[in-house]
Amino acid sequence: MLEIKNLHAKVDGKEILKGVDLTIHDGEIHALMGTNGAGKSTLSNVIVGNPKYEVTQGTITFNGKDLLAMSPEERSHEGVFMSFQMPVEIPGVSMTNFMRAAVNARREALGQELLKATDFLKLMHDTQKLVDIDKKLVSRSVNEGFSGGEKKRNEIFQMAMLQPTFCILDETDSGLDVDALRVVAEGFNRLRTEQTSALVITHYQRLLDYIRPDIIHVLLDGKIVKTAGAELAKEIEERGFDWIKE
Amino acid sequence: MSLEQSYINLYQAKRESLRASSPEVMNTLRDEAIRMFANKGFPTRKVEDYRYIDVPQAFEGKDGYTMPLPTLPLNASKQGVISLNDEALLNRYYAKVADNEDAITALNTAFSHECICIHVGKHQQLDRPIELTDTFTSDEDQMEHKRILIVLEEGASARIMLRYAANNKMHIITTQVVEVFVGDNAYLEMYELEETHTSCTRFNQVYMQVGRYANVKHNNITLFNGLTRNTIKAFLKGEYSEVSLNGCVMANKSQVVDNNTLIRHEVPNCTSHELYKYVVDEQAVGAFAGKVYVAEGAQNTVSDEVNQNICASNDARMYTQPMLEIYADDVKCSHGSTVGKLDEIALFYMRQRGIPLAEARMLLMQAFVGQVVDEIPIAPLRDRLHIMIEQRLKGELDKCVGCARCK
Repeated sequence: MLEIKNLHAKVDGKEILKGVDLTIHDGEIHALMGTNGAGKSTLSNVIVGNPKYEVTQGTITFNGKDLLAMSPEERSHEGVFMSFQMPVEIPGVSMTNFMRAAVNARREALGQELLKATDFLKLMHDTQKLVDIDKKLVSRSVNEGFSGGEKKRNEIFQMAMLQPTFCILDETDSGLDVDALRVVAEGFNRLRTEQTSALVITHYQRLLDYIRPDIIHVLLDGKIVKTAGAELAKEIEERGFDWIKE
Repeated sequence: MSLEQSYINLYQAKRESLRASSPEVMNTLRDEAIRMFANKGFPTRKVEDYRYIDVPQAFEGKDGYTMPLPTLPLNASKQGVISLNDEALLNRYYAKVADNEDAITALNTAFSHECICIHVGKHQQLDRPIELTDTFTSDEDQMEHKRILIVLEEGASARIMLRYAANNKMHIITTQVVEVFVGDNAYLEMYELEETHTSCTRFNQVYMQVGRYANVKHNNITLFNGLTRNTIKAFLKGEYSEVSLNGCVMANKSQVVDNNTLIRHEVPNCTSHELYKYVVDEQAVGAFAGKVYVAEGAQNTVSDEVNQNICASNDARMYTQPMLEIYADDVKCSHGSTVGKLDEIALFYMRQRGIPLAEARMLLMQAFVGQVVDEIPIAPLRDRLHIMIEQRLKGELDKCVGCARCK
């Protein structure tokens, strides 16, 4: 599904990624762990095409297509979704208008018919029930005045509306208490299909108790320095990252 | 010959025909007004109130435009609220608040030949809003000088919309003076909505006198224009009155919108609010100057003023000048202004969800100016304006000179 080769990237003129190789097959869940500043968020932002990040070398292919040649919206239409570490508040833009624009842009790109207003509202309603998000939140401006947990839950709601095939969960656990974390993780698990792949970025083991990864990578100083099975998370939880460096 | 002299000559040539069709009170002020104009001259950028637009250039070469003296199809019947040249009303109020020290107001006083009068009687409550639509439909380049007088007697209430539209491509220059008298305990919601085209030049001078316990909400919305200068002045003359001046502007191409406002607290215990929001895109120029003046002794004045702007392109320019001038010591006044770009982080968030950049920009702009529309009390108007703003941002209201829509 996703194949990253020798990826180098800069932000604000500073090289953060220094040759990342990563392959994720259909249906696999990969976790990416590492210390602060190792480049985890840079990698996720580069995959989704954040214009602040500059790729200087390397390739990313997604289902055989050159992802780096696409705009952020085109990547989204291809099925790439990122749950933001800090979801953005957009005062004055209602969730309804925001989601309608997103769903219909994707349908248009895929050559599908645009949803009629009534069908769209029904989809909103059904999805809101499915991910168990408060109806009031869905009727407000995007993320405006939402608590940390509500924002993360709203990310899962948007994921459910857009039904991506590849999801990046960028530190979805940051700032969440255990209950909120469980709700969000369960929401994600419910939405997964056998084809859905994911890259779960986290500092901690605890999210991985709910979203079981097939493979864990450790990113340090812009490179993936270790790749192993799910048992690696426990070891990192106990021993930290220093032993990997050595 | 100076630019001013060409307009003075035009006045001399038109003087008799103007006098022939006008009420006496308008005629008695003409000669004095043209003298005031001659004395002042068109304000240049050196004049503080006009530093953001080139007034002489706006009037240059336009003295040859036709200046028809049509009579509006209104009868002066006393039963109606709206009439033309209501002499009794004009005698009481005409030119009583408009200031001929301003050269453009003076020019208007010299040239305007009729006055639309809206008179809401004592304790009269108009349950339906009034809409006056002024549609420019000339086949020739044209100059117009318009005059409107709005009087709400004590305890009256009214909602009045002045809409400015255009449906052809001729060059039009207008001056307009609107005098508004809001009596004690009266309530006025006033809307000005401009959706003209790129070859319209408008100078709109609004003077409001506000009585005791009165409440005035003025909403000034520029959806589409050429060059527009709105001067909005509110004089708070009675205690415990409240005035809101709100506005929003959408400008692109090489449109120019200059809003210059004054709220003058002359007595104690009054409240004023001001909220103006602009989105300027492409090569457009926006200007906002808002002064709140608190006279000596006007204690317990409460005033807040906010001007927020987005420059959506690198070529767009925005000038903002909030001003407070306070001569009383027990007041609460605030003012603030911001100029920014569209929120890059929000744009990226929307694009990640698949919303194309152009549409993401549009949603953000719509949300930004929509805040002003959300304050409007008339729900159907609010909904209509939200739709019009969306159409405007989608380019569906575009009226360029020469496009099929404008023919």
